[in-house]
Amino acid sequence: MYPIVKKVVLSSAVKEFEVRAPMVAEKAQAGHFFIMRANERGERIPLTIADYDREKGTITTIIQELGASSTLVGQMEEGDEILDFVGPLGVPSEIELFDGPTVLVGGGIGIAPIFPIARALKAAGNEVISIIGARNKDLLIWEEKMASVSDKLIVCTDDGSYGRQGFVTDALKDLYAERGKLAAVWAIGPMPMMRAIANVTRPWAVKTIVSMNPLMMDGTGMCGACRVQVGEETKFACVDGPEFDGHLVDFDLAIKRLAIYKDQEKRALAALEHKGGHCGCQ
Amino acid sequence: MPCQAPEERIRNFREVALGYTEEQAVLEAQRCLQCKKPKCRDGCPVEVLIPEFIQAVAERNFAEAAAQLKEKNALPAVCGRVCPQESQCESKCIIGIKSEPVAIGRLERFVADWEMAQEGQMAKEKCTSATSTVSPKGKKVAIIGAGPAGLTCAADMARLGYDVTVFEALHVAGGVLMYGIPEFRLPKAIVEKEINTLCQLGVNVQVNMVGGKTFTVEELQQKGYEAIFIGTGAGLPNFMGIPGENFCGVFAANEFLTRTNLMKGYDFPNALTPVRAGSKVAVLGAGNVAMDAARTALRLGAEEVSIVYRRSEKEMPARAEEIEHAHEEGVQFKVLTNPVEIVGDEQGWVKGMRCLRYELGEPDESGRRRPVAIDGSEFFMEVDTVIVAIGQGPNPLVTQSTPGLELNRKGTIYADEEGRTSLEGVFAGGDIVTGAATVILAMGAGKKAARAMDQYLQSK
Repeated sequence: MYPIVKKVVLSSAVKEFEVRAPMVAEKAQAGHFFIMRANERGERIPLTIADYDREKGTITTIIQELGASSTLVGQMEEGDEILDFVGPLGVPSEIELFDGPTVLVGGGIGIAPIFPIARALKAAGNEVISIIGARNKDLLIWEEKMASVSDKLIVCTDDGSYGRQGFVTDALKDLYAERGKLAAVWAIGPMPMMRAIANVTRPWAVKTIVSMNPLMMDGTGMCGACRVQVGEETKFACVDGPEFDGHLVDFDLAIKRLAIYKDQEKRALAALEHKGGHCGCQ
Repeated sequence: MPCQAPEERIRNFREVALGYTEEQAVLEAQRCLQCKKPKCRDGCPVEVLIPEFIQAVAERNFAEAAAQLKEKNALPAVCGRVCPQESQCESKCIIGIKSEPVAIGRLERFVADWEMAQEGQMAKEKCTSATSTVSPKGKKVAIIGAGPAGLTCAADMARLGYDVTVFEALHVAGGVLMYGIPEFRLPKAIVEKEINTLCQLGVNVQVNMVGGKTFTVEELQQKGYEAIFIGTGAGLPNFMGIPGENFCGVFAANEFLTRTNLMKGYDFPNALTPVRAGSKVAVLGAGNVAMDAARTALRLGAEEVSIVYRRSEKEMPARAEEIEHAHEEGVQFKVLTNPVEIVGDEQGWVKGMRCLRYELGEPDESGRRRPVAIDGSEFFMEVDTVIVAIGQGPNPLVTQSTPGLELNRKGTIYADEEGRTSLEGVFAGGDIVTGAATVILAMGAGKKAARAMDQYLQSK
């Protein structure tokens, strides 16, 4: 079992968890993910590693309550134990010294998994410019952490309640206009945001890496649920990714594939909210 | 053997075959000729003492039968249910020349079930912590992968007195027995009991441990594991390589079966993992996995389920019993047919397949007649779900992270007949060596490797 050593409520549906999982923490690197299962009923949920502490043997992650399984996790408290916790999984981010500024774009809870990548790029000697955005001020997370590993931090909110008003894509366009040359862009956030970023950088021919979060079960290549169409190829996010060339990913298909079980997910959430279901509302 | 009636069983996930009664088992066992040179044993990859255990059944000494059976087979209740007996032990039975061979598989199942019933309801506790049994040989052995190959190897090594730890990537041990083979063919409670028996032998099973990710082979060696067996099985499901195969509603059989079996999707939303069968389902392929997927889809409520296969029924690789059961349950067999494109709607969902009809030509290197597409035979098959069951490639995680481990051309691990790999002290067997095959062949490989590992450790 894997105890929750710390829980921070970031907003009503977004929770930060620090979980004791020493074997995962020992190996974790930027770009990795893990899979957890809250209890016997729960799904296996893939989550990105937002931070790790090898000495304490902990992994930090951010979870947004969307469906029944993520809600089940979100309701867990400090001291509670997670039944299964497995990883680190996936291919870590390729960190190198770039010839020019690297830009890290994090949207919503995607800010958390972009943090370790920013930190690693910074440690490798890169100039790190971070753009983080959320719908409003209350949904903005990890501003200080991002500032601590960035040479420059740009904060955007859709409604202008904090930082500059507008989307992260606008901030990125302005940055490009200002700097003329960017060496690489990492973008993590909701699929439509990653698609928008890739569309913005495509004409500039700037290397753009996105982190895909498709449906997944085993996370070791066995089930094939996490297929992503990348150019002409079918890739498995769990063993080939989760990071891919944003200019080649078929986001339209990826977004549709995410919704395969949408109807069932609604039913599960309803069942959970009625403490086990069978309430007739299915 | 008594079975649940087809119209009944397609509405539940309970076991289809109900097993022999004591009377039936004894009568069947008495048909055995007790050959001096039993050919049936030659047909068994794990060398089960077949005449010996059948003799004991004929004498109603079921405890003795169980002892004889378990002498060689760590998972008899599993093998009695899923082995392709008709092409193994039973195919060699002398009685089979003139009439029906002795039903060795059914007898095996009867004995294993009888023994489990005697033990009563065993606790289902997970055996994740080390047991206190002293290992007489004082040597640590690691097994990567708790599927049929790994579990068999573990059982034999534990019996030989080694200190055995099995590392499993999923949250339960059993591998394909848990995630792949459906409840109605192999109840999970039976697999759990068999694994508990292993734990009682002193085998330590650690779940949530991904070989190549959570740990590497080299790290195991550094931690004092003197011999290592890699039984990580098949992974990475194959796809057809045709347009449209990533549309919504196209699933790898492994995803479909794992959601249903391991994650208990049939009990959704009590179990929170959803599974979707749709109403018109095409299953591509005709092996056991394809049959399992087709019959599972029916039980999940699909209206029309077809097996789509480019050869004829004669060439189908599935067990005869599974094909027969699928027929009885109403699965349609669209043979000599193969899709060339999966067609989707504007929402990205499957709406059908463009297919070609085939005829059989000369035999190919597999010995089966080669399917040849018929010109101008294209037609459209309306389906809303496609389940791809055309095999798997090897799992790359352990092989990628183990420098010096020699691979075959297709990425499987190179190992000799006894399971020795190119690395000293590292052995391998099962699907990761042969490519996707059967449970019993994987068990046979685990058994051979155990023998070679013992030799290696003795001579060290």
